[in-house]
Amino acid sequence: MGIVYDILEKILPFSWTSYEFMKNAFIAVILITPLLGMVGTMVVQKKMAFFSDALGHSALTGIALGVILGVRNTNVSMVIFAVIFALLLNKIKSRQGIEADTIISVFASCSIAVGLIVLSYKGNFNNYSALLIGDILSITTGEIKALLIVFVVTSLLWGVLYNKMLFISMNSALARSKGIRVNLIENIFVILIAVIVMLAIRWIGILLINALMILPVAAAKNIASNVREYHFFAVTFALFSGISGLLVSYYMNVACGPVIIVYASALFFLSYIVKILKK
Amino acid sequence: MINELNKDRKPCGLHCIKIHHFHVNYGSEVILDDINMHIHCGKLYVLIGKNGGGKSTLVKAILDEVPHEGKIVLQTPEGRSLKKKNPLRIGYVPQSLNIDKGTPVSVYDFMAAYISSKPIFLCKRKKIYNKIIDVLSIFEVDDCIDRQLSNLSGGQLQRVLLSLALLNEPNLLLLDEPVSGIDKKGMDLFYEIINKLKKNYDVAILLVSHDLDYVKKYADEVILLDRKILRKGTAASVFASKEFKEVFGI
Repeated sequence: MGIVYDILEKILPFSWTSYEFMKNAFIAVILITPLLGMVGTMVVQKKMAFFSDALGHSALTGIALGVILGVRNTNVSMVIFAVIFALLLNKIKSRQGIEADTIISVFASCSIAVGLIVLSYKGNFNNYSALLIGDILSITTGEIKALLIVFVVTSLLWGVLYNKMLFISMNSALARSKGIRVNLIENIFVILIAVIVMLAIRWIGILLINALMILPVAAAKNIASNVREYHFFAVTFALFSGISGLLVSYYMNVACGPVIIVYASALFFLSYIVKILKK
Repeated sequence: MINELNKDRKPCGLHCIKIHHFHVNYGSEVILDDINMHIHCGKLYVLIGKNGGGKSTLVKAILDEVPHEGKIVLQTPEGRSLKKKNPLRIGYVPQSLNIDKGTPVSVYDFMAAYISSKPIFLCKRKKIYNKIIDVLSIFEVDDCIDRQLSNLSGGQLQRVLLSLALLNEPNLLLLDEPVSGIDKKGMDLFYEIINKLKKNYDVAILLVSHDLDYVKKYADEVILLDRKILRKGTAASVFASKEFKEVFGI
């Protein structure tokens, strides 16, 4: 990490780069925000915003389970629980004759309630309340390495699977007729979302994680005319919101997650105006 | 325009897709009961029946979208019957796509996602672009290549979907008749295209239809479905049957 820190200090000669926690936060932002923007395009296309929101809520139960089982690193229990939760929701979603939204809502509510009960036992919830709005400055070098692995794996999988995922989102029967393995790819996609959301949630916060996945994409959708522009704008907007939010929160001494979301919201409204003017 | 398709692939009449004992249940409810069909290349087969009679379920079962019993095999001219994991290639044309207005996916993106394994979000490829233009021009929708899918008219979208369906040279073309966003002129054109495809392309066509006037005019064989096959034969014979009158109350 020392080399990366040196490079950062050289290319960004600002006072904040002298703090290790800010350098870590900066690296985390430039790794996680493009991922959220990228997978967000498919979350929006597949109308899964509610799904990913419910997934975010499952973080509390994952941590609670980790606490009960005595797991030292609750990130592990959180990710494992989220992956199981995501696969289960995906299975329910694909079942015919079931109101998916209602079931997802029931699971999400139940999950957050169980998590809150366990974590608030004997009035201990204060230790976990930072999860709600996140704390990007708490990120460790070990977590950055995990994030880097997820960044590389997700980017590779995205390159291989995106075309097929787009087809599935348009019409799963059509995709199946083309020999695409619909269930397998849908499961890989929800696992990817689960892992990315869980890795980002400690820094962005349960309340705001979904907004960071949806807002830059919604803004990009306003002005893009094809898939290439859609990806470019979504990733750029997410990255811009992330970096701006981090720096503004440093100088104003406020929580980072909400500032990022304010930036992403502003981009959405600006792009909306551009869209109206173009008509 | 269809004459521009590969002339060596005119229908031979010897390919046969055989559906054996298809059966679908939803819980205890029987949706399809022992469906058996032989579908030959160069012919247009039309599925008719009331809503909820199992037409869409049969299409889904053929596509393996719903759990079902029974098998589908392709009989080749050599007489060799090949099992499910066989060269049976299905070109499916759905009624519509799940796409919201304003979704930034162009016709090029959609078609390239199928043709190319290279991720379409990176860059546009000239070779792929030209190949797509060629296919789209067969159905006179090449001018739509850079337009967003969600902004196409019902007829244009249908022709784009037909172009896509023919890309992998299917043995069986499975179509849901377009029901929305297409006027009479569009429907006439749709059936004309299907008719020309049938005559000029080595493919068997199974169409789900809701419009009996077009069925009467274009179908080689009509299949009346209500959970099971009630009647099959020429349009005239099926339309004259008592089963037809019972189903449609005519």
